[in-house]
Amino acid sequence: MSAPDDLRALYQETILDHNRRPRNFGTLASASGQGAGYNPLCGDRVVVYLRTEGDRVADISFEGAGCAISTASASMMTEELKGKTLAEARALFERFHALLTTGGGGEDLGMLAAFAGVREFPMRVKCATLAWHALSSALPAAAPPADPAGPADPAEHAEPAGPADTPTRHSP
Amino acid sequence: MSTAPIASPRTEPPPAGARRPAPGYDLARVRAEFPILATRVHGRPLAYLDNAASMQKPRAVLDAVIDCWSSSYSNVGRSVHTLARRAAEAREAARDTVARFLGAPSRGEIVFVRGTTEAINLVAASFGPRRVGSGDEVITTALEHHSNLVPWQRLCAERGARLRIAPLDERGRVTVEAVAGLLGPRTRIVALAHVSNVLGTISPVAEIAALARRRGAAVVVDGAQAVPHLAIDVASLGCDFYAFSGHKVYGPSGIGVLWGRAELLAEMPPWQLGGGMVESVGYEETTFAPPPERFEAGTPAIEGAVGLAAALDWLSALGLQRVAAWERELLARATELLLEVPGLRLLGSAGAHAERAEKAAVVSFVLDGAHAHDVATILDTEGVAVRAGHHCAQPLMAWLGSAAATRASFACYNTLEEVDALAAGLHRVREVLG
Repeated sequence: MSAPDDLRALYQETILDHNRRPRNFGTLASASGQGAGYNPLCGDRVVVYLRTEGDRVADISFEGAGCAISTASASMMTEELKGKTLAEARALFERFHALLTTGGGGEDLGMLAAFAGVREFPMRVKCATLAWHALSSALPAAAPPADPAGPADPAEHAEPAGPADTPTRHSP
Repeated sequence: MSTAPIASPRTEPPPAGARRPAPGYDLARVRAEFPILATRVHGRPLAYLDNAASMQKPRAVLDAVIDCWSSSYSNVGRSVHTLARRAAEAREAARDTVARFLGAPSRGEIVFVRGTTEAINLVAASFGPRRVGSGDEVITTALEHHSNLVPWQRLCAERGARLRIAPLDERGRVTVEAVAGLLGPRTRIVALAHVSNVLGTISPVAEIAALARRRGAAVVVDGAQAVPHLAIDVASLGCDFYAFSGHKVYGPSGIGVLWGRAELLAEMPPWQLGGGMVESVGYEETTFAPPPERFEAGTPAIEGAVGLAAALDWLSALGLQRVAAWERELLARATELLLEVPGLRLLGSAGAHAERAEKAAVVSFVLDGAHAHDVATILDTEGVAVRAGHHCAQPLMAWLGSAAATRASFACYNTLEEVDALAAGLHRVREVLG
């Protein structure tokens, strides 16, 4: 693909829309857990708030400031995860990560399929996964979603991995 | 999303006679010295505007490194064979070149290190504890790169000393008054950047050094962003230590320089121990070599020193004053075009054309509604390489009220057309992000 096509694929209209009008933005008074993600490359921070009922995501929100890719990814993640079980959330992250790094995992991604264009911009994979890493530290410690980080993800491996291979965490 | 080409905001050529290289500055010939400039990125000609991060290398440097490896390479200071002698001579000749370039009184004051970061760490670790004790003070400034802040934080924490931060004025400048206001009887070290890596502002190092040394404080200067743009004379600057990196001045990475006053280097203990920095070693006791070797433990970057000397010779032959004059034109054009981009805010407002030069060829900005990483990605698809992020200066970025900014920085080989490509790319950002 040419550069303009790559760029159009990266900044799809749904991504720009979620960047301009992020959904589920703000704190969650009833949150049962929260986690922060930090991208040392650009200083972006995102905090994800989560309320679980049993094994399900009852409510989820986020706040923070970041680039269009990280903001839209956080926004769409909250949209997709509401009502899903934690196991489904983990599986979705795996397929989402595969989409970003190998182009696979395309089925059942819902609106997250809009991020397929990130694959052509390996330096931006970390932007797209920032909120998901924050989510993994918001989840109960007993069941963190596995990070299926692949080899085609240089930016994400530019820093030492934590216990769950997540970016540096900061208590919000 | 439209794919129509975006017109440059300035399609007419600049007025005749204005903003062209001064006579004798042959830009095409300068560019021909840099093989990498022929690279195409995303099908576009490369416009490399990330020079403050690292500069590209002229053929003179490539040739010097290859020649070192091809005809004069061995380890140095250890063997007596012919290649060892040639390699040692080449490296010591490089030390002479650096000493001349900096106006250092003595070649023994030139310590080869990996870069500016290592140089400042060396001073903080070796000189720091000799001067800084409990209740003493170290002064640095609000615009420092992390490498000229974090080593002093640790020194102060370990010694029970206080780190004081000189504030900037409203235009993003370090002033003599701000430092003077913090200088006191317990000030032991003043550490500051000669040129800000984010704002490009030039600090009044000579005035601050004179003031600080009169009060008994030692002055450490981070010259990483100054050496490629300003003629440096450490004797007239009057500081005690001056550090810079080879890769930011057209030389190889992995080589840098710490200049220190001979009498200070002489009193400093070694900071790394091993081969090359000793006189005699027994199982119980070791005596150390005099400076500069005392601070050069282990096999050094031999070809790095040779390449650095080639870079400094090349730049000197081109003429730093002429390069600086051309870079001022690039900066002026960039400033003018950037201010025409809707919603763009420049960080720091020191003028490029003030009577007394206040700013080197660096310009940072934020764009309303467009994050720096998105800006840099979109510019990259236009062939324009810029830096996006916090620029290893997070405290400064916080002071400026922004987590991330985009930075364009210029070198001897940049063209006005590349500046135009930057501006056109920023209008394209507006189009893509809506």
